[in-house]
Amino acid sequence: MSSSCRRPEHTAPPEVFYNEDEAKKYSQNSRMIEIQTQMSERAVELLNLPEGQPCFLLDVGCGSGLSGDYLSEEGHYWVGVDISTAMLDVALDREVEGDLLLGDMGQGMPFRPGTFDGCVSISALQWLCNADKRTHSPPKRLYTFFSTLYSCLSRGSRAVFQLYPENSEQLELITTQAMKAGFGGGMVVDYPNSSKAKKFFLCLFAGFTGALPKGLGSETSDRTNRNQVQFSGQRCRFKNMKGKSLKKGRDWILEKKERRRRQGRDVRADTKYTGRQRRPHF
Amino acid sequence: MKLLTHNMLTSHVKGVVKGYPLLIKATEVKMNEVEFNPQFVSRMIPKLEWSALVQAAEELGHREDLPGELMAEYEKDEEFLKKVHRVLLEVEVIEGCLQCPESGREFPITRGIPNMLLNEDEV
Repeated sequence: MSSSCRRPEHTAPPEVFYNEDEAKKYSQNSRMIEIQTQMSERAVELLNLPEGQPCFLLDVGCGSGLSGDYLSEEGHYWVGVDISTAMLDVALDREVEGDLLLGDMGQGMPFRPGTFDGCVSISALQWLCNADKRTHSPPKRLYTFFSTLYSCLSRGSRAVFQLYPENSEQLELITTQAMKAGFGGGMVVDYPNSSKAKKFFLCLFAGFTGALPKGLGSETSDRTNRNQVQFSGQRCRFKNMKGKSLKKGRDWILEKKERRRRQGRDVRADTKYTGRQRRPHF
Repeated sequence: MKLLTHNMLTSHVKGVVKGYPLLIKATEVKMNEVEFNPQFVSRMIPKLEWSALVQAAEELGHREDLPGELMAEYEKDEEFLKKVHRVLLEVEVIEGCLQCPESGREFPITRGIPNMLLNEDEV
């Protein structure tokens, strides 16, 4: 995890940090736009909305409306809530289709019960874990947010939050408050073996118990039966027991490719040519 | 702010029990064309608080002979759905304010964005 001075939550409260300069990045920086869009795509996938049905969604921390654009593209209608006026101004300039509200997550969501068919939030929840004013208490604000959110979601719907947790205590704080408010569900981690592509999604179910979806790229690391020791009739060759294989050998290359695949990177398929020696040259 | 959002919005000031419907005091209203989606409109109608919608449309002068009571089998009446679509998604309040019916607290609307931020003593 990056050092603490690089986390924007530590520099200033969100309404101060997302000023005009910072907001401009979200409409101009193509890398930022691409990442935001990718994350919203994945969040919507995790929402598991009924197919071919236009839904009414809530976007918490909508910012400049990048995630909302994807929702509109999918044919859904949305309402966005954000605390930064500069970001909302950018959203207005980009002429997003959803409706916008200026509001603070920690003060609760001001909607009637059962309004929304789902809720998405991209990189916003971690801001709630900081106390920016003397009166702020992160656990209390998280609880207010989750309990009001629970009431304004319709039964059987989901809320998906992409977040950058600082440490495990923070994750625990967030999930405990969510469970206290009545939500079911938990964390989904995409590409858990990669430090760069790793993404945390908090998947919450309102009044519905279902199996938690699997994180991308985590299939290979999971054992089929966690409580049992893996057993096979074959005897292990002594050569394989010595740990890492010989460098630059075929096995070493295959292992390395497998490791990179788990990290979610682009890797060429294994063929008969993989790790084969080239003909000698003069 | 669209009237669909207004229909869902409540006041969340401390001590307010119902806080619904918020009164609209609009100084600027705009019509904004939105693509008509009959499936979405008929899905949203059961969720709406009909009397609040009619009242809000009346206040803005865009009621356009919406009936005071919701009729049966509205899904098949395309004319009716179009009217509801117009009121729900095309009428936008640009400037003005929303007022909580219980506490009288006003939430200003600027450039179409209602400011729902509370003061510290209202949380």
